[in-house]
Amino acid sequence: MSIEIKTTSVEPIRHTYSHIARRFGDKPATRYQEASYDLEAKTNFHYRPQWDSRYELNDDRRTAIRMADWYAVSDPRQFYYGAYVGNRAKMQEAAETSFGFCDKRNLLTRLPEQTQKQLLRLLVPLRHVELGANMNNSKIAGEAVATTVSQMHIYTAMDRLGIGQYLSRVALMIDGSTGKALDESKGYWMDDELWQPMRKLVEDTLVVDDWFELTLVQNILMDGLMYTLVYDKMDAWFESQGAEDVSMLTEFMRDWYKESLRWTNAMIKAVAGESEANRELLQKWIDNWEPQAYDALKPLAEASVGIDALDEARAELSARLKKFGLQSQGVSA
Amino acid sequence: MAVQNKKLNLKDKYQYLTRDMGWEPTYQKKKDIFPDEDFEGIKITDWSQWEDPFRLTMDSYWKYQAEKEKKLYAIFDAFAQNNGHQNISDARYVNALKLFLTGVSPLEHAAFQGYAKTGRQFSGAGARVACQMQAIDELRHSQTQQHAMSHYNKHFNGLHDAAHMHDRVWFLSVPKSFFDDARTAGPFEFLTAISFSFEYVLTNLLFVPFMSGAAYNGDMATVTFGFSAQSDEARHMTLGLEVIKFILEQHEDNVPIVQRWIDKWFWRGFRLLSLVSMMMDYMLPNKVMSWSEAWEVYYEQNGGALFKDLERYGIRPPKYQDVANDAKHHLSHQLWTTFYQYSQATNFHTWIPEKEEMDWMSEKYPDTFDKYYRPRYEHLAKEAAAGRRFYNNTLPQLCQVCQVPTLFTEMGAPTKLSHRQLKYEGERYHFCSEACCEIFEHEPEKYIQAWLPVHQIYQGNCEGADVETVVQKYYHINIGEDNFEYLGSPDHKRWLSIKGVKPADEDKNAA
Repeated sequence: MSIEIKTTSVEPIRHTYSHIARRFGDKPATRYQEASYDLEAKTNFHYRPQWDSRYELNDDRRTAIRMADWYAVSDPRQFYYGAYVGNRAKMQEAAETSFGFCDKRNLLTRLPEQTQKQLLRLLVPLRHVELGANMNNSKIAGEAVATTVSQMHIYTAMDRLGIGQYLSRVALMIDGSTGKALDESKGYWMDDELWQPMRKLVEDTLVVDDWFELTLVQNILMDGLMYTLVYDKMDAWFESQGAEDVSMLTEFMRDWYKESLRWTNAMIKAVAGESEANRELLQKWIDNWEPQAYDALKPLAEASVGIDALDEARAELSARLKKFGLQSQGVSA
Repeated sequence: MAVQNKKLNLKDKYQYLTRDMGWEPTYQKKKDIFPDEDFEGIKITDWSQWEDPFRLTMDSYWKYQAEKEKKLYAIFDAFAQNNGHQNISDARYVNALKLFLTGVSPLEHAAFQGYAKTGRQFSGAGARVACQMQAIDELRHSQTQQHAMSHYNKHFNGLHDAAHMHDRVWFLSVPKSFFDDARTAGPFEFLTAISFSFEYVLTNLLFVPFMSGAAYNGDMATVTFGFSAQSDEARHMTLGLEVIKFILEQHEDNVPIVQRWIDKWFWRGFRLLSLVSMMMDYMLPNKVMSWSEAWEVYYEQNGGALFKDLERYGIRPPKYQDVANDAKHHLSHQLWTTFYQYSQATNFHTWIPEKEEMDWMSEKYPDTFDKYYRPRYEHLAKEAAAGRRFYNNTLPQLCQVCQVPTLFTEMGAPTKLSHRQLKYEGERYHFCSEACCEIFEHEPEKYIQAWLPVHQIYQGNCEGADVETVVQKYYHINIGEDNFEYLGSPDHKRWLSIKGVKPADEDKNAA
């Protein structure tokens, strides 16, 4: 038996907005669709930007990549704002439990000084890399056309800020919230030879003009090597150094990276699959940037888990790109 | 930062978790990383003086915002399930939502893009982070508004193609050009325009009319959105005030630049809000307050206190505020009588106010309504009753800057049309006011670019030369559904049937 509540039924005159119906037909649309498609202004812009009068606002010529329709790039996670924050709220809840646990049991302050120093030198400076990623993704969100594309980048921008904050909290836990450990760690970022190739690379990305080149370099090439090296390979190495508890504090990053592969892969697939010209351009950018990302991480790998781990990361990236008809060094390695 | 052994206070801790992640670049020139920071002439001597307008780390942001979203969507679901659109005061109310979804929601999206851009442009990481948070908030508003109105769109006309219309429809170039103007400016002007002049000074004149209007008219979906967005708006307002104080404190040379921006953006905002004034007085069946009352409270009183506070920086109130203050007695009436004539080309309906509404206006506008505006409505009502519902088939002349038809009158002379013109490089340009003309004179090379809808129609750039083709083909306004008079419209008929009014009663009800 089931209970039937009688309600007045009202026939709708249409099932969704016209711009959604033009793409998907006049049927009930998902929240993702109504929040993401054809919202961004497309035409009849009034004035040229004073900061770059070469192009109009929302001009698809701000990248050399050509898409007949940028909305062909969409998010397999179906993240609109509400879905995004809902997901991240759950992830942060888990992270908070781990940070609280470590804090309560003094798991980091109990570590040998040498291990603490390794964390401050080899892990925490990545907060600056995260800020670079935050800036790059904010730029892309401001310049990309199509809401399906720009929203993924603003979510990523905020994610990177959040990850930078989690990394900072590792140091704050070590120094008892005085900021001393963060100062020490920033010193490595600025002056330690180990970090200079990476700092140079990050600064180089901050002057990349083409936003699609930038998302490729930042979210696929650099992250592809860095997240695998640091949060997978180095994680195991930290464990061998007696710092296995740190693993709890970087779980967010592992989960996050795994999830981010879904949208970055979908984006590259759509863009590379659009035309041979796009694929060639992507290949040119990969040839230029992938070796730089590799070189920038070399000192970090050498000082920790070893160069083989970085080569493995490189091979993983290469295998991933191969699926989209793109090549990078690494298979031979 | 100095080595210390004391526990960080909240302020310093937040700085470590935001701006301290930034660094002085050495491999690339700062100028190349932040190329847009100087060209407006604003001098920033020390970004470390930036006071974070709020302290929200990302983990808290995700948590709070997710809680808010959960509650909001629970209401949206309940609203749709129970056909909440049947509980509004009257279907005329939905026209306010049509104006909102086509005129305001696209601006939320433009704000998202604008703040994402400034979230990269500043070399001060504290300011960047604050801008980025506003960027993602604005995306939130743009999307939740689509969802809030989604159910209405299924039961009423005129809401079905908002972004498309925003790019094309003649009166929507008023909000669009406003935001294009801000987004094409440099980062400091953008923040002065949107964060300060709009979000801080004028936002209550946008937000309160629409959201309180929703509350007074039984629109649970929209008012819940309003409550949910309130704490975001509070953050945005704090940013607006911090921005202006920061710029003014950095260097005295900034004062005249900022003053000119305040003059310009107050006026641009005021002109944009003229659309809200008519919504408030005419489109809400249950009225919240009159435009003139809202202007007194939210601009004359609150704005007055604000500009008094800014006096110490050498800032005076906006140059043309007296004109705006005087206009509060006329604005909504002048707008509505204009839109009444051009309903054939809008995605919302217009109508003659009912008798009780006219009496309400006589009471709220004792010096102007009966004298200048009631006679017009009486005349138009007589014409309509005689089967000659008036539509103006001559396209209006638009102001080159604000793009509102040149319909306003001179200060203190309510029967004298306000009009200015000037010649620039051999071409003649027309303006609705001294203030708009002055804005043009400061940046003629910018405003000559304006995409003026009426000019574009006459130049043949809108898929046709006659109004009907433009409206249907180019604007996507469904003729006979979205446009024209409210009485007898499909929306009106559907509402009568929802309320169980039989066709025989219809005339009585409509009268």
